[in-house]
Amino acid sequence: MITKVRSHISPNESLLFERSSPGKMAYQLPDLDVPPVDAAEALGADNVRGEIEGFPEVSEVEAIRHFTRLSTWNYAIDYGMYPLGSCTMKYNPRINELVARTEGLAWAHPYQPEALSQGCMEVMARVEAALAEITGMDAVTLQPAAGAHGELTGILLVRALLQQRGNPRKKILIPDSAHGTNPATAAIAGYAIENIPSSETGVLDVSALERIVTGDVAALMVTNPNTLGVFEENIIHAAEILHAKGAMLYMDGANMNALVGIARPGDFGVDVMHLNLHKTFSTPHGGGGPGAGPVAVKKVLEPFLPTPRLKRSGKRWAYDYKRKHSIGRVKAFYGNFGVLVRALAYILAHGGPGLRNATVDAVLNAVYIRKQLEPYFDLPYSQPNMHEVVFSDDRQAKLGVRTGEIAKRLIDYGFHPYTVSFPLIVHGALMIEPTETEGKMELDQFIDSMISIAREVESDPQLVKNAPHGTRTSKVDEVTAARKPVLRWKG
Amino acid sequence: MLEACGVSSPEELFAHLPEAVRLKRPLDLAPGISEYEIVQYFRDRAAENANGYASLLGAGVYHHYRPVLVDTVVARGEFLTSYTPYQAEIAQGTLTTIFEFQTMICQLTGMDVANASMYDGSTAVPEAAMMAVRATGKGRVLIANSVHPEYREVLRTYAKNQGMPVEEFGYVPEAGTIDLEELDKKMDDLTAAVIVQSPNFFGIVDQVKAAAEIAHKRGALLVVIFTEAVSLGILEPPADADIVAGELQSFAISPCYGGPFAGIIATKEKFIRQMPGRLVGQTTDSRGNRAFCLTLSTREQHIRREKATSNICTNQALIALMATVFMTVYGKQGLRELAVQNLAKAHYLAGKLKPRFCGKFFNEFVVKLDGQSPDDFNRALLKKKIIGGLPLGRFYPELADSMLVCATEMSRRADLDAVAEIFARSTVEVMA
Repeated sequence: MITKVRSHISPNESLLFERSSPGKMAYQLPDLDVPPVDAAEALGADNVRGEIEGFPEVSEVEAIRHFTRLSTWNYAIDYGMYPLGSCTMKYNPRINELVARTEGLAWAHPYQPEALSQGCMEVMARVEAALAEITGMDAVTLQPAAGAHGELTGILLVRALLQQRGNPRKKILIPDSAHGTNPATAAIAGYAIENIPSSETGVLDVSALERIVTGDVAALMVTNPNTLGVFEENIIHAAEILHAKGAMLYMDGANMNALVGIARPGDFGVDVMHLNLHKTFSTPHGGGGPGAGPVAVKKVLEPFLPTPRLKRSGKRWAYDYKRKHSIGRVKAFYGNFGVLVRALAYILAHGGPGLRNATVDAVLNAVYIRKQLEPYFDLPYSQPNMHEVVFSDDRQAKLGVRTGEIAKRLIDYGFHPYTVSFPLIVHGALMIEPTETEGKMELDQFIDSMISIAREVESDPQLVKNAPHGTRTSKVDEVTAARKPVLRWKG
Repeated sequence: MLEACGVSSPEELFAHLPEAVRLKRPLDLAPGISEYEIVQYFRDRAAENANGYASLLGAGVYHHYRPVLVDTVVARGEFLTSYTPYQAEIAQGTLTTIFEFQTMICQLTGMDVANASMYDGSTAVPEAAMMAVRATGKGRVLIANSVHPEYREVLRTYAKNQGMPVEEFGYVPEAGTIDLEELDKKMDDLTAAVIVQSPNFFGIVDQVKAAAEIAHKRGALLVVIFTEAVSLGILEPPADADIVAGELQSFAISPCYGGPFAGIIATKEKFIRQMPGRLVGQTTDSRGNRAFCLTLSTREQHIRREKATSNICTNQALIALMATVFMTVYGKQGLRELAVQNLAKAHYLAGKLKPRFCGKFFNEFVVKLDGQSPDDFNRALLKKKIIGGLPLGRFYPELADSMLVCATEMSRRADLDAVAEIFARSTVEVMA
């Protein structure tokens, strides 16, 4: 039943350092058009280094072959579905890459005069406005470099507001279904963490919340839809409980792909949230970054946003550095501008109606997968799901096969695994997010593969447990890597 | 598909949402436009920026040539459109390049171990400070005010809420190097980290060894920051540091109005477990072949949650790959030659201007303007389609008469001569 892949040649390639030969080079520099300088004299002999030991020495063709060969060892969205739950691995349109390299944008220096930066500033203003409209919030900062960085910014904003009101308070509430970044962020912002258990139906337990929210609580950090892909139906009530006690509602926007054009956090009580432009807005993940994590806030938090802020000055854009309540900078310059350009290209390409259609398709795809796989995998929570669905390995575990092993077997079928063992509230979770990118043919291949693996678990569990079988690199020994760390080549 | 989902219209998929949360109007965003129109939109925006100007700007973001191979490699969908390499069996491409990156960063910095990248140089500073706090069990941080001003601002934002007092120490007015006496005076036994930058914000090669002695004497770690990575092609690596944190923008990362860039943190072996961020390690697969995987993740937020060494999750993998290709293309010989060219261009320019400090500098330096403001000088340069240096008054009131200028291998002699001519003319005018 493996329909998507068959075996092919896969070149071996040694490390750059092992390929190097003295004197080889891949660079050209123009002849120096100014008099040469004696480095020892200019810098002081003590400050001049000897040769960089071990540094690569390869030719241009060796360099390109090296990286091309390595690239073929990766799975990628361009190869096929990448159903990592909570990661929103959607197609990365190449127009994003093209426009981000527009010379006047890519080569703009952050300190060039404002009068000569109006194009960049207009792009940022437009991104701010679009994100404010999409989230239903009043103001947006584009400075944070990634989702977790946005979280930190958001919690620092909460802290600054509460401080101004007289008491920054002590605790951040975090549901047990939350991403690990949430508690890590709260700790870095100087807060204690109180985990709150989810209800039997996997959503916020409002009656528990009512008991827990005291004058010590600064905010609740909630992901909506939550990591089960379920919309927090009591979100408005939760916001009321928090607001009644002077606490704030923070929303982790990791799952915003389920809401764009359908519902706006600003309309359901959220005070502050971050977005992951590399998820919802299609800027590439690039093997783990760069991202961008803009933070959107209600008016009451606006005075605290990082400096500088864009402002209109006559017909021009200018920067406002004099903001006495600001939390300060969270990053040098203005944010990951190149990522903002890509996100704006996505927003312009889709437009309002297109963004909403993408959301509808993303949810449809996830519901379709759920309906097709429900007979084969245990569904621990039966609420309607949105853009992702979470199964458990309950049935397969009884036959000795766990979610991580099923995931590895999926590789043999030509798919990237889903997210394994997360959220923590589902024992042995299989977290699947198809995104709107996938058509029915790719979805059906994925579904058939999952069903086929479910059958293998019954007929030949060892086949699944020893997977993957078809990859050039077989199961990797991660335990030894951690016990005896080898973190650099030493020859 | 709708039928299989048991609904008759796509809208039914959202029927479970409470009425009150639903957006009852279309988003107020124009309808989608075509690829051609998108290209045109961004070209129009680019036309509103500086175009065709030469530039003297550095100050943490440098104009260096980007070898063609860099975009050729990062445009490959296998690198561009993959996720963080958790599934090692089908991510060996990314993992291998990160391992090579870590190795090259160690070779450049003289450290034992480097992580897979940080967001940028500025955010690497608080991460390095927090790392020093964990490693020493002390809480105070002393940072030179010749560290990039925006990096210091980021450190203060992070430090404010962590009970991490941050104090600054100054520079010697003649040399532009750190004031060792002041540092020594301000040191105490509660200091976790001394943070200096070299070359510092003024472009001056700073006194890393002396700072290390002072820091180590009182049980603090020395953190060395760099913003101009090309300098490492010629300058002695900061091997006396305990932690090196820096910015790789110079390695084929376009200025891009300030980001995305890639930061690094590198350190000594004994501090590995205090490091933030991703690390790739070497191991074997079940057939005994060499393989790589993310490792030591018990430091990280997805395992440790609130006890993690940092909240960093996404880093800058693709940008780090640009730097990796850059380092490969230039290689052992090229990086040195590139650094020497930068040195020559900057010293050529300095010969015609008036460097304020007598300290040794790499490819940027501070110019003192006699009698006219940096803004006036810059206005005169703009008329010749040259963007001048960074006026320093905004960050250093005592240097309001000065600006920071930079020359790289991309600076043309004709432009440097034009700058010199305007400088000479304005000096004459003042004297007259």
